[in-house]
Amino acid sequence: MTAGVSERLPRLLTLVPYLLARPGIAVAEAAADFGVGEAQLRRDLELLWMCGLPGYGPGDLVDLSFEGDTVTVTFDAGMRRPLRLSGAEAATLAVALRALADAPGMVDADAVQRALAKIEDAAGRVGPVPDESAEPAGEGTAVVAVGLGRRPGGAEDEVRRAVETGRALRLTYYSASRDAVGRRVVDPMRLLLVDASAYLEAWCRRAEGVRLFRLDRVDDAEVLDEPAAPPPGARGREGSGEDLLRPDDGAHVAALVLRPAARWVAEYYPVEDLHADDDGSARVTMRYGDRDWMVRLLLGLGDAVDVLAPPDLVEARRARAREALAAYGEDD
Amino acid sequence: MTTSPSARAERLVNLVLCLLSTRQYLSAERIRATVPGYADVASDEAFFRMFERDKAELRELGVPLETGRSSMAEPVDGYRIARGHYELPDIDLAPDEATAVALAARLWDSPALAGAARSALQKLRAAGIAVDPDAASAVQPRLRAAEPAFAPLLAASRAGRVVTFTHRSNPTAEARTRTVEPWGVVSWRGRWYLVGHDRDRDDVRCFRLSRIGDDVRAVGARGAVTPPADLDLVALVAASAGPPPPSGTARVRLVPGRAEGLRRGSRPDPGGDPDVVEIDLSRVDTAARWVAAYGPDAVVLEPPELRKAVVALLRGTLAGVDTVEAGSVR
Repeated sequence: MTAGVSERLPRLLTLVPYLLARPGIAVAEAAADFGVGEAQLRRDLELLWMCGLPGYGPGDLVDLSFEGDTVTVTFDAGMRRPLRLSGAEAATLAVALRALADAPGMVDADAVQRALAKIEDAAGRVGPVPDESAEPAGEGTAVVAVGLGRRPGGAEDEVRRAVETGRALRLTYYSASRDAVGRRVVDPMRLLLVDASAYLEAWCRRAEGVRLFRLDRVDDAEVLDEPAAPPPGARGREGSGEDLLRPDDGAHVAALVLRPAARWVAEYYPVEDLHADDDGSARVTMRYGDRDWMVRLLLGLGDAVDVLAPPDLVEARRARAREALAAYGEDD
Repeated sequence: MTTSPSARAERLVNLVLCLLSTRQYLSAERIRATVPGYADVASDEAFFRMFERDKAELRELGVPLETGRSSMAEPVDGYRIARGHYELPDIDLAPDEATAVALAARLWDSPALAGAARSALQKLRAAGIAVDPDAASAVQPRLRAAEPAFAPLLAASRAGRVVTFTHRSNPTAEARTRTVEPWGVVSWRGRWYLVGHDRDRDDVRCFRLSRIGDDVRAVGARGAVTPPADLDLVALVAASAGPPPPSGTARVRLVPGRAEGLRRGSRPDPGGDPDVVEIDLSRVDTAARWVAAYGPDAVVLEPPELRKAVVALLRGTLAGVDTVEAGSVR
């Protein structure tokens, strides 16, 4: 089996400088670093051993010495440094670094800024190649950009310190589902950045379960002296994106009719069984954990949504609307 | 004549080494006579075809292949690779900086971007930098790009090619075909947008990727699109997708200890009433939705138009049919 040249050539050009920087590295370790099997890496080394400088005599070819399971470059034939970063590679790293810098609390923002400056400097120092073969205009400029648009909550540094040092944490946290601020002690597990929001994944001692805490809703955090000790069975969530953010306890299911003005709900929240009706509305079912939260969502939608089920949600919504109208001095 | 992929890879590595080792421009004929793998090619035509493909492969990879003549006396252009343009410049990352780079490379949850990030990381490691891809495993950054339109729009933006696609202005609207000069793709608050010049409307537009069909086609020549020099992609999307700047303020009375979410997005009452807060007002309908959600816990004091809008929403809630008789759920 031979992989395509487009996949193999970058590795071949990178391999010699990589090995030069690590004399006596185990072949298996190098293979793992490049994400290929050991047999493939050995085929790569055999090929490079046949390559070299014009003349192509014994002293002109790449030379490698094998000792046990390790390999050392003894002649590099001029491949001392890896190829410069392409415009796409540099931009991809730079945009990701900027996104991390923009995500308060995820990493040491100072280290991110320093790394970004060095990557951009290395990409910029090469300069344009003076000929017609230069990469297309878009390659060098950033055609990917990230804006998280989040304001820091203020306690991110303490949260990160607890994760890094493996300590328990006392949080003052605003729960959007309960619309209330509460205090709780948690055992931090890891930090997640999912799309535009940063979360702490932790064992919540009060809820006795693994919970996600959005960092911009942490009002205050205090690193405790005791170590973080999630119970042995506590598992972080697998997967990414929506899998991670699926409601913890979406025990209830609402059946809704979303009129066009409320169709955004189906894009914003995970819904199931979407059926489009002829009049532009959509029937969906939607899971929710907290009825009060669901009622708040529905009240903001007014007549753009009909609730078909469950009956207790229908009644709670209407009761809240009546109370609210009374507070405005209006009859219903 | 066909050559095995392995022989082609070997020839390409030798071509790079040969062109790196020369200060002179080498003509195609000279390269043919020198670099192993070309000499066996029988006809001129087959050689030139092979050489063209090899040049294209190297340029695709970002190898800075220069063309030119070492002196006026040379009859044809030759080729060389300037080491200063080829090699990754010295870059020295402190351990915490290397960790940041490793995390950044893990950010992308899209094959197109993850591949570029991974190859960048490999080059940095080949430059002797200890970038541990598993560094800081207690931090998991993820930025998804699952929309089918993402990869073709990214490729077209990079290549500077005009694209056509179908797009719905809202989820229920009819799909229309758009012709756009793509300037770039932007993740704004976790959602992806295409920014570019809409040729049909002759104006700058931002398109939500989730509302673009899976029929993106690049139609123009490479390099045909020139984004403005002072382009700020994020600012354009933020202006188009975000709320307009506040045009006024509203005062809302809150029940003590309730409506915490609204309280958090507000300022204390300038008049000093502890149960009253002030919020920015940009769009009345958006503000009304926000306040109405809290029901009797939040009552608008002013302006009157916001009060009216909230009351209308609440009346709308009670006007709904909300039929729960058996059989109504299809």
